[in-house]
Amino acid sequence: MAALSVRGVHKRFGPVEVLKGIDLTVENGEFAVLLGPSGCGKSTLLAVIAGLERPSAGTIEIGDRVVNDIEPKDRDIAMVFQSYALYPAMTVRRNITFGMECRGVPKQAQSEAVARVAGLLQIDGLLERKPAQLSGGQRQRVAMGRALVRDPLLFLFDEPLSNLDAKLRVDMRTEIKQLHQRIGTTIVYVTHDQIEAMTMASRIAVMDRGEIQQFDSPETVYNRPANLFVARFLGTPPMNTVPARLAQDGESLVAIVGAGQPGQATLPLPPQSASARAYLDREVVLGIRPECISDGAKRAADIPATRIEAEVEVSEPTGAETIVLIRIAGVRLRARIAPDIKLPTGRPARFSVDTRTICLFDPQTERLIA
Amino acid sequence: MVGTSPVASAARVLLRPTRWLIYAALTASALFFLVPLVVVLLNSVRTAQEIGLGSLIGWPSVLAWDNYVQAWSSYCIAQRCEGIRMYMANSLAMVIPATIVSTALGALAGYSISLWRFRGDNIVFAVVIMGVFLPDQMKLIPWALVLRQFGLSNTVGALVLIHTIQGLSFTTLFCRNYFVAIPQDLMKAARVDGAGYFRIFWRIVLPLSPPILVVTVIWQFTGIWNEFLYGVTFTTGPQQPVTAALIAISVTAPTDVPQYGIQSAAVLLAALPTLLVYFFGGQYFLRGLTAGAIK
Repeated sequence: MAALSVRGVHKRFGPVEVLKGIDLTVENGEFAVLLGPSGCGKSTLLAVIAGLERPSAGTIEIGDRVVNDIEPKDRDIAMVFQSYALYPAMTVRRNITFGMECRGVPKQAQSEAVARVAGLLQIDGLLERKPAQLSGGQRQRVAMGRALVRDPLLFLFDEPLSNLDAKLRVDMRTEIKQLHQRIGTTIVYVTHDQIEAMTMASRIAVMDRGEIQQFDSPETVYNRPANLFVARFLGTPPMNTVPARLAQDGESLVAIVGAGQPGQATLPLPPQSASARAYLDREVVLGIRPECISDGAKRAADIPATRIEAEVEVSEPTGAETIVLIRIAGVRLRARIAPDIKLPTGRPARFSVDTRTICLFDPQTERLIA
Repeated sequence: MVGTSPVASAARVLLRPTRWLIYAALTASALFFLVPLVVVLLNSVRTAQEIGLGSLIGWPSVLAWDNYVQAWSSYCIAQRCEGIRMYMANSLAMVIPATIVSTALGALAGYSISLWRFRGDNIVFAVVIMGVFLPDQMKLIPWALVLRQFGLSNTVGALVLIHTIQGLSFTTLFCRNYFVAIPQDLMKAARVDGAGYFRIFWRIVLPLSPPILVVTVIWQFTGIWNEFLYGVTFTTGPQQPVTAALIAISVTAPTDVPQYGIQSAAVLLAALPTLLVYFFGGQYFLRGLTAGAIK
């Protein structure tokens, strides 16, 4: 059963079209993340799902029921907001019970539900406090408690971690993931943080300019981006996307970076690239992750590495690794090398390239070819 | 600035001659504005003979507290010798319902305009606050027609109606400007929780509002209590609020000795409610006017 189906949803604010035909189906128990840069429409989509905004066109189904004309409170959803949106004048307990109070749940059931959720989130000691007396992390927990107490069909999270400091964010990320594994309720989670998306999602919907660019598992979105936007959005640093020429080398295909220039590099393409044969002798965009270009000394026995030579332009150590900006026949790429390797800048060095996950894109349509 | 402690530099600022000039000017103007009040205060405890024989300005030789008793219950105003008691009661009967109703409606209107965005909400707001800028004289004739239509001419109820409706511009403006600072996410969370228009107002917005409600109540109370034009235009005789009745006090029969002592006492009694409101609520007033963000 699909917990959520969004079909052909458009949303216009005056002349501005924020959502341009969204289709999205989230299966029961899934952790779906809407990921995209600010202004891509992800929060608007969430508000439309919640019923806080009306779609200009299209339908929303929650649990196989069309909810377009149903009030937020009757959609069987619970929502966590970026600002937490705790009611300032109420204690934590009243914050958590307010929804039940509105629905006329008996007092006895209310206090049982509060006890259950407070135990789950370890906020037992905070129940009589006001939100102003809580730290950011505690407020976050209370906001989650307010949603959890409802036991809904669908949880909606609107950037719930972006107001926390970096360390707390990492902890809460893990906690939310564990919570989801424990309760198994479907979650739609909005974020602009790709690490959150990658670590928590069962599927990521990458959004840009009011459209879903790709909706797939984190591995697929990362390794086989559907188009150049996704390729350049995910990863820090993101995938290298450089012009290359497809050529034939015996039975197999190769891509030549910096073709015709001195120092050009020839990269053998993996078997799945055979479908790109139509682009033979034409320009394509070659996508390769920085971690697939490593220093020349590193060579695992089972990885068929291609050796190339490139000039080192800039070296950026981050501690765990070093990002190196290199130049192959005038084409710039980023490589990710071990932190103990020191490469002198302005000098050529040898690198080994893992070509198994190379992606090819059409330079006009920007879509993945192979 | 090496070696200068904040205390030392503050002391130096305090000792600067320009500082002294500022304080001197402030003190002088404060005294200047307080002189009329002091004269009225002193005269309110002087006997009529003492004022008549001496000067209008002077220290009381004996404290004539009886002035206050007479002003309250037996002094003759416009041929009625019952003091200002009755007019004070009229004023209270006018100011209390008008303040409460205009504040309540203004809070509700401000809440609707600021937190429930609807088509044309800004136009509605602009029209409502236009009332702030209209001169009262302009509204006299329309009100006269309305009151006659409703059969409210020469009643305290007429003044309640006028002040309630005219107060709405201010109370809506105050409340709307305070409520816009309430985050929209709170409204959304409440809607997902299942709260409706009135429940959100009652349980979420009102508990955040004491600062602005105090401001609005003080503003309305003092404004309506001190109002004179409508009182004197639309009511006569025993229906008048105290501000309108006081004018009759200064009318003394030519044969009589002018009763400056009792008149001063009456004026002070009439001013007492607003003074009390200011003393007890003034600090909230200043705080509330500058309060903006709700965190």
